[in-house]
Amino acid sequence: MAITAHTDSRSSTDTGRRTRSTGTRFTRALGIATIVLFAAVALFGLLISPADITQGESVRILYIHVGTVWVAYLAFVVTAVSSAAYLWKRTTSLTWDRIAGSSAEIGVLFMAVTLLAGSLWGRLSWGTFWVWDARVTTTAFLFITYVGYLAVRGLGGSHQQRARRSAVVALLAVLEIPLVHFSVKLWRSVHQEASVAGSTDVTLDGSMLFSLVLATVAFTAFYVWFVLHRQRVMAMQDALDDKGLDYALVERRAEGAQSVRGNI
Amino acid sequence: MEPLVDPDAPAGVTTTDPVVELVDVVAVLGSFPALAGASLVVNRGEIVLLRGPNGAGKSTLLRVCAGLVPLARGEGRVVGCDLRTQRQAVRQRVGLLGHANGLYTDLTVRENVTFWGATVGASTDEINASLERLGLAARLADIPVGRLSAGQKRRTALACLVARRSQVWLLDEPHAGLDAAGRDDLDATLRTAVQSGATVIVASHELERAGSLATRVVDVIGGQVHEHGGPEAESTGAG
Amino acid sequence: MSVFRIARLVAAKDLRIERRSRVVINQVLPFAALVMVLFAFALDNDDTLERVSPGLIWLATIFSLLVVVQRSFAIETADGALDAIRVAGVDPAGVFLGKSIALALQLLVLEALLTVLAVVLYQAEPSGSGVLVLFATVLPATCGLAFVGTLYGGLAAGTKGRETLLPLLLFPVVAPVLIGATRATEAALGAGGAATSEGWPWIGLLMIFAALFGVGGTLAFGPLIEE
Repeated sequence: MAITAHTDSRSSTDTGRRTRSTGTRFTRALGIATIVLFAAVALFGLLISPADITQGESVRILYIHVGTVWVAYLAFVVTAVSSAAYLWKRTTSLTWDRIAGSSAEIGVLFMAVTLLAGSLWGRLSWGTFWVWDARVTTTAFLFITYVGYLAVRGLGGSHQQRARRSAVVALLAVLEIPLVHFSVKLWRSVHQEASVAGSTDVTLDGSMLFSLVLATVAFTAFYVWFVLHRQRVMAMQDALDDKGLDYALVERRAEGAQSVRGNI
Repeated sequence: MEPLVDPDAPAGVTTTDPVVELVDVVAVLGSFPALAGASLVVNRGEIVLLRGPNGAGKSTLLRVCAGLVPLARGEGRVVGCDLRTQRQAVRQRVGLLGHANGLYTDLTVRENVTFWGATVGASTDEINASLERLGLAARLADIPVGRLSAGQKRRTALACLVARRSQVWLLDEPHAGLDAAGRDDLDATLRTAVQSGATVIVASHELERAGSLATRVVDVIGGQVHEHGGPEAESTGAG
Repeated sequence: MSVFRIARLVAAKDLRIERRSRVVINQVLPFAALVMVLFAFALDNDDTLERVSPGLIWLATIFSLLVVVQRSFAIETADGALDAIRVAGVDPAGVFLGKSIALALQLLVLEALLTVLAVVLYQAEPSGSGVLVLFATVLPATCGLAFVGTLYGGLAAGTKGRETLLPLLLFPVVAPVLIGATRATEAALGAGGAATSEGWPWIGLLMIFAALFGVGGTLAFGPLIEE
């Protein structure tokens, strides 16, 4: 009885602005814009733009692939920058940590899609699912590194401990990824083999270029929308943990009071 | 505040030199609030006994004072250093002996004490003195720690504390595994340490220590601290 | 206490423990030798083996690195010593450097054994100038592996099922070392027709890796071992 009355009086002030949903006017507008953009991309990508002379219809996969690879790397940069921001001068604002985490989550997803779409495109264009060049291999490594980063985020402890530990791991990844890229590049340059099959540079024109840019914009909008929502969900989860702490504190003190009374 | 000197306490106890000040500290293990608003003041030269049932938060309280566990809420200072911003400084001046001993099981007693002493630049003489004080200099010094009994490992760990010149000794059930003579030796060691300027906080189930060792007894229940008077007040049953 | 004195203290302590317990010598070296033998079973072709022997040496090194790192931190967690090091406020940068040095020295012994085994089992043959390239490769590669091993080993140490994180975190990071060291060793051994001079750009890569993770690790180790 005492417990429920206690927490009721605190519920609406403790969790901050948002207690019911993570949507705001901005994200709703952004969401609608994203849907419209994707519809436009589907229109242009599948119908209006022509098939490629050499690659045929398979070039359409590129509209997805290029969009997702751009967002995957953008997500990586955002995670790195947010991690640095969290550690800088101990701002200790968990918002930076949550942005880093949400960006990594969607980044991992986009990297997986990138690798999948790229693999399919490679198979259709040159008959190989995989090619050992710097860009592809680095993307695969980035994917694995981020899976590891998310595993580290799940290690537990207080929010501040989680934030600091993951921020350090993210910055170490910033160190590692260019090294991987550079070493693979150097490695493959030694083997002057199948450079045509290994090249992902395709010359595009007119409506194809426009579709590509449109897809990139659409995916970026989706990324921003996702990160905003996810970050807010994380904030609510953290607030719930804190609330949980309040409950737990009340219970613990009650248990203590009982035992003191019992002793007398 | 005028200084109060307890005539039964070891020399050097005053109430105006706090080495530990905790104000309403909440500390979590995972999501469980092991300390749910604990307040405690300990002055230099005291030997404080923490009593309480298992799970009450005694160990966490010691780890907070050692600068190991961060404060989720509340404020605290240990040996003048803030527990939120200067934890590294706190750690260098404080010694914690928890359930684990913090020893390298493949190294001998002497090698362990030498290692820990060397981290603060202790000389060989200091190391030898530490070993002697804990009765380890004779037979046991060159035996690998892994082969010692639990009580002997405890003593080795205490020797490391001495060698590190810790100002506050935080001991979690230090009497466990010691025979009667060993416990008396331990108490004598703690009293000597206090006379040399250290402060001791002991979490223990050993209720007899309340009279013979501790200058003050506090209860830790449900993550909070309940003060008592000195051991005399305890034995007359005052709450 | 300066960082370097702490490092020397910690390195001496780790090496003394190894000398006393001989775990690396008795368990990890035989494991590495066994891996080399298993490679021969799997690849089953003398020419192939000779050509890929540099890669096999470094693969076996990396698999063994996992075990040696776990051992390096097992001695710390056995009786709460790492906790005690944190409690004592010992400079974590010094601990990082000290453990890295000890780890590197143990790895050097391991790599020497593996190279000898490659010569014996796979008929690898280092040329005269190749030996110089070999030395110049092994030093920065070993330092790099020791730095990242200690760094991520510290993160993965302790209870709560963190040990399984170690391979997932460590292996992507050591990829540049694997690539660089293998190519340089190929040059040193003349495997697959590589000229000795081709090794030097790779050695440069290895030195950059070691430098970056030496500095990065020194800064990152403290926050990573925090409870």
